[in-house]
Amino acid sequence: MSEHIVSKKLYFIIFGALMVLTGLTVWVANLDLGRLNTPVALAIAVTKAILVVLYFMHVRYSSRLTWVVVAGGFLWLMIMVGLTMSDYLTRGFLTYPR
Amino acid sequence: MSSHDPSNSPSSDPSGLGALGSRARFGHENYINANYGIKSWLLTKDHKRIALLYLASVTVFFILGGIYALTIRLELLTPAGDIVQPMTYNKLFTQHGIIMIFFFLIPSIPAVLGNFLVPLMIGAKDLAFPKLNLLSWYLYLAGALFTIWALLNGGIDTGWTFYTPYSTTFSNTYVVAAGLGIFINGFSSILTGLNFIVTIHTMRAPGMTWFRLPLFIWSHYATSLIMVLGTPVIAITILLVAMERIVHIGIFDPRLGGDPVLFQHFFWFYSHPAVYIMILPSMGVVSELISTHSRKNVFGYSFVAFSSLAIAVFGFLVWGHHLFTSSQSVYAGMIFSFVSFAVAIPSAVKVFNWTATLYKGSISYDTPMLYALGFIGLFTIGGLTGLFLAALGLDVHLTDSYFIVAHFHYIMVGGALMGYLGGLHNWWPKITGRMYPEGWGRFSALVIFVGFNLTFFPQFLLGYMGMPRRYHAYAEEFQVLNVMSTAGASILGFGLLIPGIYFIWSMRYGKFAPANPWAATGLEWRTASPPPTENFFRTPVVTWEAYEYRPMEEMEVIGPDKEQAAQPAHGEATT
Repeated sequence: MSEHIVSKKLYFIIFGALMVLTGLTVWVANLDLGRLNTPVALAIAVTKAILVVLYFMHVRYSSRLTWVVVAGGFLWLMIMVGLTMSDYLTRGFLTYPR
Repeated sequence: MSSHDPSNSPSSDPSGLGALGSRARFGHENYINANYGIKSWLLTKDHKRIALLYLASVTVFFILGGIYALTIRLELLTPAGDIVQPMTYNKLFTQHGIIMIFFFLIPSIPAVLGNFLVPLMIGAKDLAFPKLNLLSWYLYLAGALFTIWALLNGGIDTGWTFYTPYSTTFSNTYVVAAGLGIFINGFSSILTGLNFIVTIHTMRAPGMTWFRLPLFIWSHYATSLIMVLGTPVIAITILLVAMERIVHIGIFDPRLGGDPVLFQHFFWFYSHPAVYIMILPSMGVVSELISTHSRKNVFGYSFVAFSSLAIAVFGFLVWGHHLFTSSQSVYAGMIFSFVSFAVAIPSAVKVFNWTATLYKGSISYDTPMLYALGFIGLFTIGGLTGLFLAALGLDVHLTDSYFIVAHFHYIMVGGALMGYLGGLHNWWPKITGRMYPEGWGRFSALVIFVGFNLTFFPQFLLGYMGMPRRYHAYAEEFQVLNVMSTAGASILGFGLLIPGIYFIWSMRYGKFAPANPWAATGLEWRTASPPPTENFFRTPVVTWEAYEYRPMEEMEVIGPDKEQAAQPAHGEATT
């Protein structure tokens, strides 16, 4: 498999983006967005994770098999979160006395 | 390497060697006599030697877990809690569970039989990452040492499930140390799974297409997927418990903003699929045993192969059936209940296909076959009682009763352990180059079957009558069934001692095994017993489908293929 050489410049750009997003996390943490607090924090975190996976871990330049493996991992994470939320989000549906 | 002339013929004249006496050396250079000394074993990168290292270590843990089990059964002989203190009893069942599940059942078939057989069955020289394979054994040992340290320092009493808040707020035992042991041991499991996946993808011999793979390989592939996808979750979950105990971050404790039921979600996301880590390899073994000892192609090969993958995938979608009585939303409960019923389909596909394989087969009741037949019956009982528990309403009555205990022992002992023992007998000639004593083998298989059923069938009745699990005392009216169960446990323990003794005996005094004592078709039987370090003298080229079996009588008339013709006949090898 031919190794793709990633330029130093790109690494610095990604590093800069990660730093900016970290700053954003800190800034958002001081705002009260109500119900959006957690989703916004998670969205920033996921963006950062994707940048790391694609560029620092070279997944963007890897074979399709690597893509399948990474996508499989994400799918399984979604299964875990999704089915767990099927519990938490539907607990209030029944109106029995608590 | 010696000057031994490598040829593709199997071991040279095994029967002649037998006459040299019990300590005669093997006639060919193989992985056992290739080099000697403790270093050559502890630093080996040979998958076959690593399999034997695992065999020795899981056996030690099986004995330890078995001693705990017998102590539990001894306590439950009488209704009063008279042999051990209640807190000691908590530790006994916890440690029995932790050792049997994490240190025996999960590594048993994959790390012992899988390690030995995966490269041999696909015609490879070794696994893809031999050093990782050795590392996985050392990680297993490191995890085991942590856990043993926890046991020696006073033990752990949370139940093998580590449920919060038992494991956080209400336990002063060595939860973190034992948890760390399981955390480290998890990496051993991940490395084994990764190794198998890469090996099966990249190292198949020429002509060994996916649909010519033995079903043992398919089931190990499915198992490896679960190991790689699921194990990280239990590792992180245990780490979170440790963080909550040590630095009080709020994940599971409501006072800190956490939720104890979240632990159950995370825990069972791994631990339910872990049941399939234990049973899928066993199913792979049974597919091999049934076809070999009934001399027939496995009925519906591709269905059996894909049912392994289906079980691996569905297995990840059912964990909520452990939470029906844990304040889980009933809507989530309905989804989990439905999918749990759906898992019965691929499991039933396997059971029906094995049964159909037997139909008009040329069945021989060798020891491995006795275990395989036992597996089918016991797994069916274990699986069907699982459906009772997947039903939302009935589960409320049966949860945390002895019905559960009986159910999962039918799966784990009746299923996984039977498969492991059957597989060990079937491949013992290949692993050691020696035959085990067939008569004792059959006798012990029957003793184990009787002992197992006597131990665990009464527990179904006890649970249905309302006896809860995890108590060291019980009501008087449950005593008769408990006495039966304890009697069964002693028979089971006795039955398990017999193979322990004759396996060790056979390593020195057993008859030399021919290359292919069962006249089986797999690649592992087309090399010498025991195999040379590089597995095959020449890279095999596969030109036949899996399981091209003919009845033994037919083979005696028209003869098997040329390689096998040089071997002693089936009957001679086994008596």
